[in-house]
Amino acid sequence: MRIRLRPKKLNRSLGGNMVIFVLVALMSAFMLLPIVYTISTAFKPLSEIYVFPPHFFPHNPTTENFLQIGLLLEDFWIPFSRYVFNTILICSVVTFGHLFLSSLAAYPLARLNFTGRRLISSIVKLSLLFTPALMLIPQYIVMSEINIINTYWAFILPQVQSALGLYLMQNFMLQVPEAMLEAARIDGANEFQIYSKIVMPNIKPAWLTVMIFAFQTIWNSSGTTLSTTLVYDEKIKMISSLLSQVVAGGTARSGVGSVMGLILMIPPLVLFICCQNQVIETMSTSGMKD
Amino acid sequence: MPKFVSRPRKLSAKSAVNLTAYGMMAPYMILFLLLTVIPVVTAIGLSFTYFNMLETPKFIFLENYARMFLDDDVFPKVLKNTLLFALITGPVSYFISFLSAWLINEFPPMIRSFFTLAFYAPTLTGNLYFTWTYVFSGDRYGILNSILLNLGLVDAPIQWLSDPKTMMASLIVIQLWSSFGVSFLAFIAGFQNMDRSLSEAAAIDGVHNRWQELWYVTLPSMAPQLIFSAVQQIGACFSVGQIVQALSGFPTTNYAADTMLTYMLDVGTVRFEMGYASAIATFLFLMMVFVNFIITHLLKRFGTT
Repeated sequence: MRIRLRPKKLNRSLGGNMVIFVLVALMSAFMLLPIVYTISTAFKPLSEIYVFPPHFFPHNPTTENFLQIGLLLEDFWIPFSRYVFNTILICSVVTFGHLFLSSLAAYPLARLNFTGRRLISSIVKLSLLFTPALMLIPQYIVMSEINIINTYWAFILPQVQSALGLYLMQNFMLQVPEAMLEAARIDGANEFQIYSKIVMPNIKPAWLTVMIFAFQTIWNSSGTTLSTTLVYDEKIKMISSLLSQVVAGGTARSGVGSVMGLILMIPPLVLFICCQNQVIETMSTSGMKD
Repeated sequence: MPKFVSRPRKLSAKSAVNLTAYGMMAPYMILFLLLTVIPVVTAIGLSFTYFNMLETPKFIFLENYARMFLDDDVFPKVLKNTLLFALITGPVSYFISFLSAWLINEFPPMIRSFFTLAFYAPTLTGNLYFTWTYVFSGDRYGILNSILLNLGLVDAPIQWLSDPKTMMASLIVIQLWSSFGVSFLAFIAGFQNMDRSLSEAAAIDGVHNRWQELWYVTLPSMAPQLIFSAVQQIGACFSVGQIVQALSGFPTTNYAADTMLTYMLDVGTVRFEMGYASAIATFLFLMMVFVNFIITHLLKRFGTT
């Protein structure tokens, strides 16, 4: 029998790998197109915005759009600092509130055997279907009954109770070995102490993931419906709502709009790049078994 | 140790656990009840009423549902659009995100991370869909129009996002772009955690190429991820609307690209016919729960065989 070195991966051919690389590269070019175009347009002078055929990349890059946005922001009725304040307030309450409440609720669902556990778990799982957009009208009716329309709470509360974070936390917590929890129980720790001292320090990847998901949802929620239906007062809106105002100016404003887009895409991108491994680690436990 | 004459009866172990569990879940569950469970139940209840947010709801039984199917010219249109969006973007993005996750998994870690980021970027930068207005812009400065004009394929710019003929197609492309989301990450994670020895064993057992390996080895062991992602994709593909609203207007020309979601917002927040809007919402919920039930059961059967 001929002995040969075992290839690193079985059943793979070089040709196949190359075809796949080209395919995936083309697809990711399509996915990245808006980002690349936003960056290139942000550096386009006004004179290049109305040329035919349009330049994909600016021939004479300029920073005039960045200066212009400063002037534009001064013209707004609400000072820009107010939008910044709102953004920081809303995003941090959502991110940390969601992390704390969902992990606190996930612990009993994952590790305690209480009455109604299966029922609650399956309701949570079912509610993963109901996207924020879908819930808008039903939530609007309830929110107007409890008088939180047009307050910070209208932004914050729906995101804090998002079911995805609870679901991911619950699944990830199953990985903590039961022996660790038992040992703590024997030492006299109560369940809250086990949650805070044993479980939470062992599931840091899930923290980061849940926080990133909550952050990116609230950060990107400039969506026209949310900001006009649930909150209509400019004084409590976030920076992202400025984007749609600027973009509404049409092609002439595309340079300035792209600068806004460029600024807005940096925080979620940087966060994800830094925590990609932790997010993937968390998602590996996301499967639904029953 | 001093003996107490009378002391409160000790809670049984089970009810002590119950108390702790409910106590810990309470803060989250109160919000969840308030903003998920009660809204859904309320919407179902209000769907049998006439309700305009000012007067008390008036019970009219099935009249809203009768109106939907018999007495509303717009509803059949938005139902058709919703199903079209759902049937195209749902399966297509499900399969593409699965396949691309599978393909990406073949590469060394650095390249893999880059492609993962690239495919997930549209979800991360959710605000950037406005860029597509420059691509699909209706004048000759739009990228697509300028390419077609230059090549001489068309002689006048096409109104991609406002002509009822091209609107749906353009919006489907943009929706697909934005639809990878969390389910893609779940696939990436699932592939990375695959047991390598399984595929090695399969190679010895006569699996000859990567397609066979995918079908016989990889797919069955990915069943939990497949179910989770299906739930995510069903949720997303039935609630298409934000992109429609932002790019083609609210409502779109002749309701040509409106979905049940945007129509529900139109009826509810513009005309304040909350009873009717709730009926549309309820119908949409029912469709989604039904489709979800079927798909997850099929996938579960697939996972156990």
